[in-house]
Amino acid sequence: MKKAEEILNDVDLQSPKKEEQLFRKGTYCYSAPLKHQNYLGLPNPREWNPADLDWKLPKNWKEIILEGMAKLLKRHRSFRLFLDICVRCGACGDKCHFFLGTGDPNNMPVLRAELIRSVYKRYFTVSGRLFGELVGARELTEDVIKEWFYYFFQCTECRRCSVYCPYGIDTCEITMMVRELLNLVGCNIQWVVEPASNCFRTGNHLGVPPHAMKETFDFALDEIKDLTGLSVEAPINRKGAEILFVAPSADYFANPHWYTFLGYLMLFHEIGLDYTWSTYASEGGNFGLFHSSELMKRLNAKIYAEAKRLGVKWILGGECGHMWRVIHQYMDTMNGPADFLEVPVSPITGTRFEQAKSTKMVHISEFTADLIYNNKLRLDKTRNDRWVVTFHDSCNTARSMGLLEEPRYIIKKVCNNFYEMPENTIREKTFCCGSGAGLGADENLEMRLKGGFPRANAVKYVKEKHGVNMVACMCAIDKASLPQLLDYWVSGVEVCGVHELVGNALLMKGEKVREKNLRGEPLTD
Amino acid sequence: MPVLYASLLTLFLILIPGIGIGLFNMKALFGIVVLYGAFLIFISGVIYRVIIWAKSPVPFSIPTVCGQAKSLPWIRQNKIESPHTSWGVIKRMLLEVLFFRSLLRNEKGRLKTGGRLLFYRNLLLWFGGVLFHWSLFIIIIRHLRLFLEPVPSFVEFIYGLDGLFELFTPPLLITDLLILLGIIYLFFRRLFDPQTRYISISTDYFPLMLIFAIVITGLLIRHVQKVDIMGIKAFLIGLFSFNPSLPKESNTIFYIHLFLVATLLSYLPFSKLIHMAGVFFSPTRNLKNSSRMERHINPWDYPVLVHTYEEWEDEFRAAMKDVGLPVEKEN
Ligand code: SF4
Ligand code: SF4
Ligand code: SF4
Repeated sequence: MKKAEEILNDVDLQSPKKEEQLFRKGTYCYSAPLKHQNYLGLPNPREWNPADLDWKLPKNWKEIILEGMAKLLKRHRSFRLFLDICVRCGACGDKCHFFLGTGDPNNMPVLRAELIRSVYKRYFTVSGRLFGELVGARELTEDVIKEWFYYFFQCTECRRCSVYCPYGIDTCEITMMVRELLNLVGCNIQWVVEPASNCFRTGNHLGVPPHAMKETFDFALDEIKDLTGLSVEAPINRKGAEILFVAPSADYFANPHWYTFLGYLMLFHEIGLDYTWSTYASEGGNFGLFHSSELMKRLNAKIYAEAKRLGVKWILGGECGHMWRVIHQYMDTMNGPADFLEVPVSPITGTRFEQAKSTKMVHISEFTADLIYNNKLRLDKTRNDRWVVTFHDSCNTARSMGLLEEPRYIIKKVCNNFYEMPENTIREKTFCCGSGAGLGADENLEMRLKGGFPRANAVKYVKEKHGVNMVACMCAIDKASLPQLLDYWVSGVEVCGVHELVGNALLMKGEKVREKNLRGEPLTD
Repeated sequence: MPVLYASLLTLFLILIPGIGIGLFNMKALFGIVVLYGAFLIFISGVIYRVIIWAKSPVPFSIPTVCGQAKSLPWIRQNKIESPHTSWGVIKRMLLEVLFFRSLLRNEKGRLKTGGRLLFYRNLLLWFGGVLFHWSLFIIIIRHLRLFLEPVPSFVEFIYGLDGLFELFTPPLLITDLLILLGIIYLFFRRLFDPQTRYISISTDYFPLMLIFAIVITGLLIRHVQKVDIMGIKAFLIGLFSFNPSLPKESNTIFYIHLFLVATLLSYLPFSKLIHMAGVFFSPTRNLKNSSRMERHINPWDYPVLVHTYEEWEDEFRAAMKDVGLPVEKEN
């Protein structure tokens, strides 16, 4: 692994250079294991390796891809339109974090899309058939498939490019289409297929069975008891609860997600929420989103099914980025209508969540912001005084939902020290962590660090300017990837969830004097 | 190389009517047949493209949200960049189409020594785009003068405004200069901005050159080798009332101008220039951000294979009972 000072040496944004050797170690993701391809019933299951010459594609792979393309073009206006109307103005070019971190021109959204646009022209337009290369059309060959695999698994589906494009061309949408096509010939990565298959079988990406989940919950409750002296409950699979709570499963297994998990449990206890967790719908995130709309729907179906089985009134969702893209923009369409649920109303404040009246699922930051606004929580900001906090908008909650103020409102109410990163790196312009859309694997670490560079760079700026030492975020993948990313580029900055900060500040009835924060560290230095 | 191809093509296109008229005086062909043909291709081409887009469904609600969504009543919504009503969408689209709002966000990333990434606001592309498109639009409007009798007053008004600086007779029109400026900027940006140069292909240079040639020939017949406007108007009105007569005009440049316009019209539906119609269909801009408020329907939705609760419990029941988790069936 190169050092942070060196890794950017050959990056020159002013004279983009194409990557010469595509499958260099550290830049690409491993293929999906056979076992999981089979479990999900994916096409062309086999053992294979992207670094090999022979990808063991089916004999008629070309036909499959072209037929697949025709079908997607028919099904998605976005796909055809975006391929048709790009004027190559280049406004999106340097907006992608992968281009900014690698200087590879194929990582400019416009050229990423051009990788398939050229094929579209050749096989689906008159001008391309007639004039070929002159109008930018090219033949579909195995090398094109390899290039697709390389570059479309170098897009985190963050949608930043779409903000800047004068036609709203969303290269994320193109990436989703190409990944669907690659699936048709059995080319997908481990870090997408394995979690998806786990989720399909056990209910969550990590593949944790219900009994193990119960044990971790007990463990968390013990920790809360140590911290606060209170016996908190965490109802699981409880029928007749008012609310079903669904969080990304990393929250109850990974660090630093764990402290956000404690935060949820403490908050729900304190307000006496009538709710339940589920072991069947134990995953909010959805790796199907990074695979195909069909797999997305298959995984997402569990949430409504479980809400129905348990007889809850509405659903509350935890902190997660891509999870919320699915819930906000796809769930109701795919698995709705949720007519067996009621329009969400906060049992504590009586607020009706109009914005979720059809999907019937509310984001935890909407819920908590409403609690705080209505003075239902007693908070002691000083308990977070150890931290100088900044907030990283997850691309999906920002650009697919417009959830910008709620988390900021909460943070300002529970922390004394809060500073924003530069304006062009937050809110709708936020930079991705570089590891979303299934790219958070270990083997492609170099690429992830490059992709995350613009985000880290903005953190570095506020660290130097304001002494920021904590990045708050609301995305499970961010919580997993940012610590490593910041260690590499910035150092001395930690990562937390918004509800970890809430858990710290929350004054709970009957709690003992708190000496430690949720991480078990002294409250102040 | 792409520039070379594009210039060769443009030259070739100029030569066709140049020779056709200059040497063979084929007025019927270049004055009537080509124009009718071009209009036919233009209209049917655009309709064809639009129908294909309109027919393909928008299965999911995928707006790109660029501001605070409608949320709790005390949180201020950005009604334009995160519209939840059709009116909001209309405003958003108008700002996009008329003022290229997204380009106003443009900034350039620069990697400085010491690994600092800095961003600079860059409004040049926006400015060049506005200059070019708005001038083109005004030029088209004032050409209506040559098609309509009586001339509508707004056309006269725009024409008058455009010629406010009466430097020559007939007055030099401001938009003619502005559009040249716009084209030159866009062209040299493609050539000299390394990123844009890298992504440009011949079909990016060609339309700019074509329009450049159209403007230049237009200027020539207005100011240098002047044509008889009344004669041309009579000819065009005849053409559009499907009662064509051979144009009397014998100025070759006039035919080159016409031919290039015809080329542009017939090229448009089959090239990236179709963005002028496509922008209205863009689902990331023209959808409401209301997907949790109203259900969006996917017309090709189909049932998928799911892992049901019953199947799931069958696999884990024993272990669940061991730790005291409730189950539906006892075994
Ligand atoms: S900003 Fe849009 S139109 Fe311009 S190059 Fe990028 S995708 Fe194409
Ligand atoms: S969606 Fe994000 S990662 Fe993908 S091309 Fe656009 S900016 Fe880059
Ligand atoms: S992981 Fe987080 S920051 Fe990265 S793409 Fe996903 S939502 Fe965005």
